[in-house]
Amino acid sequence: MVQLLTPDGERVPHPDYELDPTPGELRGLYRDMVLARAADGEGVTLQRQGELALWPSLLGQEAAQIGSARALRDDDHVFPSYRDHGVALCRGLDPLHVFRLFRGVTHGGWDPADHNFHLYTLVIGSQVLHATGYAMGVAAEDAGTAVAVYFGDGATSQGDVSEAFNFAAVYNAPIVFFCQNNQWAISAGNERQSRVPLFRRSAGFGFPGVRVDGNDVLACLAVTRAALARARSGAGPMLIEAFTYRMGAHTTADDASRYRDPVEVEEWRGKDPIARLGLHLRTTGLADDEFFARTDREGADLAADLRASVRGMPDPGLADAFGRTYGSEHPLVAEELAWFREYSASFVAAEEG
Amino acid sequence: MTLSLVRAINEALRGALADDPKVVLMGEDIGKLGGVFRATEGLQKDFGEHRVLDTPLAESGIVGTAIGLALRGHRPVVEIQFDGFVFPAYDQIVTQLAKMRARSGGRLGLPVVIRIPYGGGIGAVEHHSESPEALFAHVPGLRVVSPSCASDAYWMLRQAIDCDDPVIFLEPKRRYYEKEPVDTTAPAATLHSVRVVRPGRDMTLVGYGPTVRTCLDAAAAAEEDGVSLEVLDLRSLSPIDFDGIEASVRRTGRLSVVHEAPVFFGAGAEIAARISERCFHHLEAPVLRVGGYHMPYPAGRMERDYLPDLDRVLDAAERTLAY
Ligand SMILES: Cc1ncc(C[n+]2csc(CCOP(=O)(O)OP(=O)(O)O)c2C)c(N)n1
Repeated sequence: MVQLLTPDGERVPHPDYELDPTPGELRGLYRDMVLARAADGEGVTLQRQGELALWPSLLGQEAAQIGSARALRDDDHVFPSYRDHGVALCRGLDPLHVFRLFRGVTHGGWDPADHNFHLYTLVIGSQVLHATGYAMGVAAEDAGTAVAVYFGDGATSQGDVSEAFNFAAVYNAPIVFFCQNNQWAISAGNERQSRVPLFRRSAGFGFPGVRVDGNDVLACLAVTRAALARARSGAGPMLIEAFTYRMGAHTTADDASRYRDPVEVEEWRGKDPIARLGLHLRTTGLADDEFFARTDREGADLAADLRASVRGMPDPGLADAFGRTYGSEHPLVAEELAWFREYSASFVAAEEG
Repeated sequence: MTLSLVRAINEALRGALADDPKVVLMGEDIGKLGGVFRATEGLQKDFGEHRVLDTPLAESGIVGTAIGLALRGHRPVVEIQFDGFVFPAYDQIVTQLAKMRARSGGRLGLPVVIRIPYGGGIGAVEHHSESPEALFAHVPGLRVVSPSCASDAYWMLRQAIDCDDPVIFLEPKRRYYEKEPVDTTAPAATLHSVRVVRPGRDMTLVGYGPTVRTCLDAAAAAEEDGVSLEVLDLRSLSPIDFDGIEASVRRTGRLSVVHEAPVFFGAGAEIAARISERCFHHLEAPVLRVGGYHMPYPAGRMERDYLPDLDRVLDAAERTLAY
């Protein structure tokens, strides 16, 4: 397992993956993780208060998401799953888009072209094929960019993911398969999905796989950077298994105490990705109290902004949804919309009359 | 005993596991967790991991291996976690499960039950509120049923598991927690028959699954205005008990069909066509359909306007009675 920063905040070398970040870059990674955790925590809170329908928390996976996402170039293209709020933040997506989705205002709603960041995908594994096809398109155009796709350990059981691995290998597609192995797929542990470590899956398809410490933001950054460079150079796909842990329940609808041992959760608390980099910044003197206080404040401000915006969000009207089903005129939709308008108006008329 | 609909499912599965050693349950998170709706709660603990299988996350794999288990003489009961996640298994269901008996010259029956919590009204995110029944009812070889209440949930599931053909068993998730007394000693009806749940004179309403309650509420409201609506619970979408519907329509002369699924090419269309043929001279008005619009199921904050509710049912009744 590739590691560049131990849980005690100590830098360790690795023969294949070097990284020489500036103090500013290190502080930036720390800040990204704090902001991601703050936004995520607000998602959980707002769901509890009835403002959101659901929230899948990224708690514990900040390093995997921030490290990998900061390895991307702006012109690379990203296909996320549904828990990748940290990646979204790094891509520059307005976090309110994600909150709208989990509030039940939209099913996506943002333009993937704005930040080269595709829509969240809730059907497990589907986006892995889309990303592969996108990468095939990139290769056909010789565009010199790469594609990154995010998925969970559970997703590796889906046929779609195996099929994507095979297509990517056969067409030598410039893609990085970034699997966040948080060790749980709702109540199903790793042993339910695979009898071999996940990073070894790629070997059978003919491309390399590597396991990285998913709670080590530096290792995630270094390995993803190398995999993306490899993809851009035309050397083909690579699988990264970021070995991490889902600290929270699967979603706000889940009760993890029914299926997993709290001792395990405690153990992983000691490997917290943010604390780890924080420790490093402190012991090396690369950040002072002022920095930590300011960063925490930024996180709190972000959460407060999100809270205010979500609470004030108006409900969408169904009438607008009719026109989004097709790209051009469709007589059935037009007829139903006309009926819906007339029917809705009859209530207004009844109230006024 | 008084049971909620989801508890009745649990009791039916428990009974089937106890009565027939060949019954096995398969699905994601159904064992240790007891299913995301707790429909299988406690069953793995009581019957063991070889009878209640926590499977890998792969619907095509689950249904495909269920077919193999059935070929080997087992009776798999599969849980799909949510309606929108059945589609990775759709290929196995349509091209293999549905056709095996016909392909084998009638020899190979596949007693596989596929349980799917379906329908909206719970404010869920995408893919968690769909009504795909027409996509299954259209496929020859599948039986498709949907209980609306706890008693039917118990008995229809027992009957589905006993059936030697594949059965798609659609559970109205927004009615999971509605309770009623359930008599577990004898079934009140056969699997595929229509049930009159509220007699009436002026018009027939047909609902199934989640919309039976909606139709009953509408009938209660209409009564206050002196209009008598008869409510039928369809219960089965393949086959459909057209005799049962016809008998009602011959009395009332009017019919509306209410479902959450989009109206276009939906179950209501089939019922309207058949009943128009059978009851042409008894009908006082065209058969109306009340259901979803031709769009993907909308985001949660819009579903109230999408789902057929009491007002939409009464509106259809008013239009029908105006003829
Ligand atoms: C095709 C499909 N089947 C089932 C589900 C229900 N479901 C949602 S998340 C999940 C577990 C996913 O686990 P994993 O891929 O490890 O990702 P994680 O949630 O841990 O990030 C399941 C079974 C789904 N969304 N899609």
